[in-house]
Amino acid sequence: MIGLDVLYVLAGLLFAVFAVATVLDRTNPKRFTSALFWALFATSFLVGSYLPDVVNGGILVAMALVAGFNLMGKGDHPQPVDKPQRAERWGNRLFIPALIPPVVTLLGTLTLKGVEIGGQPLVDPKQVTLISLGAGIVLATTVALVMFRASPVTATREGRRLMESVGWAGLLPQALAALGAVFAVAHVGDVIGDLATTWLPLGTPLAAVVAYTLGMALFTAIMGNAFAAFPVMTAAIGLPIIVGRFGGDPAIMGAIGMLSGFCGTLTTPMAANFNIVPAALLELSDRYGVIKAQLPTALMLLLANTVLMYVLVYRF
Amino acid sequence: MWVLLGVAVVVVGFAARLNPLLIVATAAVVTGIAGGLDVVATLGVLGKAFRDNRYISVVWLILPLIGLLEREGLQERAKALIGRLREATAGRLLVIYLLIRQLAAAVGLTSLGGHAQMVRPLIAPMAEAAAETRHGDLSQPVRDRIKAMAAATDNIGLFFGEDIFIAIASILLIKGFLEENGIIVEPLALSMWAIPTAIVAFVIHGARLLLLDRQLGKASGR
Repeated sequence: MIGLDVLYVLAGLLFAVFAVATVLDRTNPKRFTSALFWALFATSFLVGSYLPDVVNGGILVAMALVAGFNLMGKGDHPQPVDKPQRAERWGNRLFIPALIPPVVTLLGTLTLKGVEIGGQPLVDPKQVTLISLGAGIVLATTVALVMFRASPVTATREGRRLMESVGWAGLLPQALAALGAVFAVAHVGDVIGDLATTWLPLGTPLAAVVAYTLGMALFTAIMGNAFAAFPVMTAAIGLPIIVGRFGGDPAIMGAIGMLSGFCGTLTTPMAANFNIVPAALLELSDRYGVIKAQLPTALMLLLANTVLMYVLVYRF
Repeated sequence: MWVLLGVAVVVVGFAARLNPLLIVATAAVVTGIAGGLDVVATLGVLGKAFRDNRYISVVWLILPLIGLLEREGLQERAKALIGRLREATAGRLLVIYLLIRQLAAAVGLTSLGGHAQMVRPLIAPMAEAAAETRHGDLSQPVRDRIKAMAAATDNIGLFFGEDIFIAIASILLIKGFLEENGIIVEPLALSMWAIPTAIVAFVIHGARLLLLDRQLGKASGR
């Protein structure tokens, strides 16, 4: 059965190549510590499953220290000067390798579930989408290598160029997920939920809706994830007050409550993969540039969600 | 109450623009200790979750492909396509992308899009090119603003489209949570009530994108 471990080996090998190439890259002013960061990432992917939990935790902390003390640098990766001519030559054929990953992900997700070989599922049924994405990436990279007559060395060098521009932000979403687990063990969510019910006014149908939608957005901003906020806020306010005391409709409460949480996601650096990683990928000078661009939409939409819920939830 | 110290570390750390990875590691240790764990146990919880969430970082496997395509001129090609359309503006282009992203997510195609696959190689360069064609050379802050709006549009399209699809994780979470509390709702009912917000999101963000065009016009005097 093909599971996530295949992808982990691929990612581990890629980061190992990045680490070796970084050590050898004299144009990177911090080549040794940068290489250490990528080597730790590679280690986590390649052997993380066999290491004790505390060692995995140590790897994360070590990577955080390298990044936190500003020990990561970038190499110099000159781009070909004839890019416009190359673009002209390839024309729209350039889009073909770019479209392979989403198309393969889609087809794989639709068809691979339930495919069995000798009574065993071909791919882990719980991970079909990610494995399809991985297959699409491998196929597309192969097609690109053949099409451009490029060597795998060029491909990894180009990958490293982009990875270096993302830098430590590339680890942040995974690190935040780990922090979420510590929050859960320490019952941070329950404490915040208790605070919300103690201090927020909940005496009228309108106040309950306002407390719930704002609470979802705020709590999501703190946790970085509406999925963590939803059970806590809904158990504290949504179910007992909006549905229980004032007779609101649970489907409307749940749907619009979750979407209020999504407004919070747009405002917080804790949702790193949506807000911080793209700022790094797009090489914005302001780390919070994407959040600033989203903030007006998020606030107006949160207000709209509150109005929508108040108008709809007690009516159906 | 003491466990909220970890949250305080996060809030203060981000506000002070400290390195986010360092904030995460510090907040984790502070929360663990405040919650009654020792350092080793905290590292254990952190490390286990770190290992279990490796799938999140698998997306970087796509970077060699994107890098190769950029080397052969993918951004330039995307720009050339848009530069030919006289009616194209950064705002209008992003409105169309917003609509496509929302509609695709609404039928479950959430993987059509994303910052590494779509925004950096295609959407952001197209939006920049459209603005350049219309307003001439752009300053770096204006470029950054356009790129940030492109990323914002991808997020907003995804968030406020995906809940219309009945088999998306958030809908299943809502259904599961309500069911645990003895309330049975159909996923279809949940996804139906995601539609009003989706429409409002399109109107609000679409209007802001069209406003962006006017701001670009004012900034350049053209």
